[in-house]
Amino acid sequence: MSKQQLDYLDELEAEAIHILREVAGQFEKPALLFSGGKDSITLVRLAEKAFRPGKFPFPLVHIDTGHNFEETIIYRDNMIKRIGEKLIVGYVQDDIDNGRVVEQKGKNASRNQLQTVTLLNTIAKHQFDACIGGARRDEEKARAKERIFSVRDEFGQWDPKRQRPELWNIYNGKIHKGENVRVFPISNWTELDVWNYIRREKIELPTIYFAHERDVITRNGQLMAASPFLNMDDEDVVERRNVRFRTVGDMTCTAAVESYAFEIDNIIDEISASRVSERGARMDDKVSEAAMEDRKKGGYF
Amino acid sequence: MNILKFLTAGSVDDGKSTLIGRLLYDSGAILVDQLEALQRSNRKNDDGTIDLAILTDGLKAEREQGITIDVAYKYFQTDKRKFIIADTPGHIQYTRNMVTGASNAGLAIILIDARKGVIEQTIRHSFLVSLLGLPQVVVCVNKMDMVDYEEDVFNKIVSDYKSLAAKVGLKNVAYIPVSALKGDNIVHASERMPWFKGNSLLPYLETVEIPADTLTEHARFPVQWVIRPQTEELHDYRGYAGRVSSGSFRVNDKVTVLPSGFTSTISKIELLDSEPEAAISGMSVTIHLEDEIDISRGDTLVSAKNKPQVSQQIEADLCWMDTKPLDTTHTYFLQHNSKLTRCRIQEILYKVNINTLEQEFDEDFKLNDIGRIVIKTADPLAFDLYQDNKANGGAILIDSRTNVTVGALMFRANAE
Ligand SMILES: Nc1nc2c(ncn2[C@@H]2O[C@H](COP(=O)(O)OP(=O)(O)O)[C@@H](O)[C@H]2O)c(=O)[nH]1
Ligand SMILES: [Mg+2]
Repeated sequence: MSKQQLDYLDELEAEAIHILREVAGQFEKPALLFSGGKDSITLVRLAEKAFRPGKFPFPLVHIDTGHNFEETIIYRDNMIKRIGEKLIVGYVQDDIDNGRVVEQKGKNASRNQLQTVTLLNTIAKHQFDACIGGARRDEEKARAKERIFSVRDEFGQWDPKRQRPELWNIYNGKIHKGENVRVFPISNWTELDVWNYIRREKIELPTIYFAHERDVITRNGQLMAASPFLNMDDEDVVERRNVRFRTVGDMTCTAAVESYAFEIDNIIDEISASRVSERGARMDDKVSEAAMEDRKKGGYF
Repeated sequence: MNILKFLTAGSVDDGKSTLIGRLLYDSGAILVDQLEALQRSNRKNDDGTIDLAILTDGLKAEREQGITIDVAYKYFQTDKRKFIIADTPGHIQYTRNMVTGASNAGLAIILIDARKGVIEQTIRHSFLVSLLGLPQVVVCVNKMDMVDYEEDVFNKIVSDYKSLAAKVGLKNVAYIPVSALKGDNIVHASERMPWFKGNSLLPYLETVEIPADTLTEHARFPVQWVIRPQTEELHDYRGYAGRVSSGSFRVNDKVTVLPSGFTSTISKIELLDSEPEAAISGMSVTIHLEDEIDISRGDTLVSAKNKPQVSQQIEADLCWMDTKPLDTTHTYFLQHNSKLTRCRIQEILYKVNINTLEQEFDEDFKLNDIGRIVIKTADPLAFDLYQDNKANGGAILIDSRTNVTVGALMFRANAE
């Protein structure tokens, strides 16, 4: 706050790098949860800024629902090759096969819920004490309440009523065995900040973020990618439309938006003008007003 | 463009959440689907209009009880500035959450209900804002619609608050009469209060200059992590990773490493592929030194010309934030930037009755108590006084049994 003041993107970047280095300094076995989405891709760039020319002091962990956009997996594997860091994949399919979770049935079946179990199993198996995630407070009202270092109990649960005070930029990462901390370095970024940063840093993204032609069906007023993972019936009409995705998750719960934004500049213009929030395109948040809070209490990201 | 972080403080039902909702709503920061969710919700105002407070009351328990329990962060921007708002709870039992929200803010909006004027909570919140060293305060006298937009009511509250501000030591205070519910003087100037000539809240927030809370000559760089790739081609690479907490560093600057006291010269500053000549306050960079010195996480690089104090015995203000009272026989962890050490509370000097601002002598330090204490640390700390340098003058206490953050410390004097 002196006369020389950082521009907001530099300030957000510096804060995120500081948080990542605190994770490195405070934990024995951290991990970076990598979804293949733009937020976790941004985290990878921030980790490069925090730790290069050294190695990352953590592996990347991907919870694979098996219902991925192919483009995300291609992107992920290329990225891992480029950065030369370790990738650990937890497969939801494994937990279905060994009976730990049961696949949902019906038209709106999705593996989104199931991935919490796989996430918690993966954390337990590798004894991760901190998991870095790309969640942002502007995404959703339960997220808006979460600390940057967010302690989860041994069942992975978030207790919003008993959050630790978090003062200045001092983060308390002390935990008991079995507990772990979810760390959100880009808590204070908005969707637009992330896009502006991606543009500034010239970060490459999976192609599904940009407008492309795709077969979609309209469900509950939203455009869903037609795929073998989506349970379809005679009522569903497949159409070919120009779309892109604003968030990237499981194919069965991520809706597309009609778009002709082929370049990042178009996307930034589109978002600046858009009157719908990014999670407006997430079926998983529509279930109820407290959908996100409930999932977080259960161990979700 | 820069970022202004501010918090809203005030008593329960003074209209903090409504005010934030109004700011977001009138500045067009609320999106269609969020608005739909609002309309679906069954919490409405008496006249059937949507209750803007639920924009920030994000927890189930909060919506059920219609109160704010924990800080909610909200983001919006205008052409002039980006804003991060911390909507903090007013209840005394959630003071620690308010302190969390206030610790990072550059400005506090203190709400006062026009019908009630300055009350106990106003005193407590103003005291906390002053204690935490927020450089700028705006008093919003809210619910002006319920006092017929009377200028006299506003003037009376302003004059009462001025004496309070003097008492708690708040220097930069602005005053705005508003109605969060009706939208008067929030984004748009109110036609119902033509007597008020100042800026409405949003234009005020867009333009206010926040006074610095650190001294520019205090160059401080807490080392968080040492980068040592130890590969063949980077065999001798040794970079100190951290964030400049105040002041600035340039290549060729003479620096001292604390607490060891060794000195060296900065040979290079790095940020991934770039090599900036200088790193200013707030920047996260990697610093290289000319000499090989033993430096690790928890050490601080400082300007050799202007050094912080180094001591193991410090007088500090303590804000206690745990349900379990302070135990003077227990050894706590103390975290000061990247430095973790152990400490004991050696002496309780006094407690402040935060409703009357009187000093009291009481051995019992309970949840939400604030007072002056002396700590003794296991390792020496390189610190500045909080009033001179917020970034290097604050620390937290962690209970080693529960791992919970139980106290906030603001260093006030070297007690060695
Ligand atoms: N008449 C009137 N009522 C208001 C005003 N601002 C807030 N309120 C009402 O006061 C109550 C408490 O508001 P809320 O924003 O939840 O207060 P908080 O506890 O400080 O967050 C609600 O019923 C609001 O509708 C105002 O300017 N005028
Ligand atoms: Mg409120």
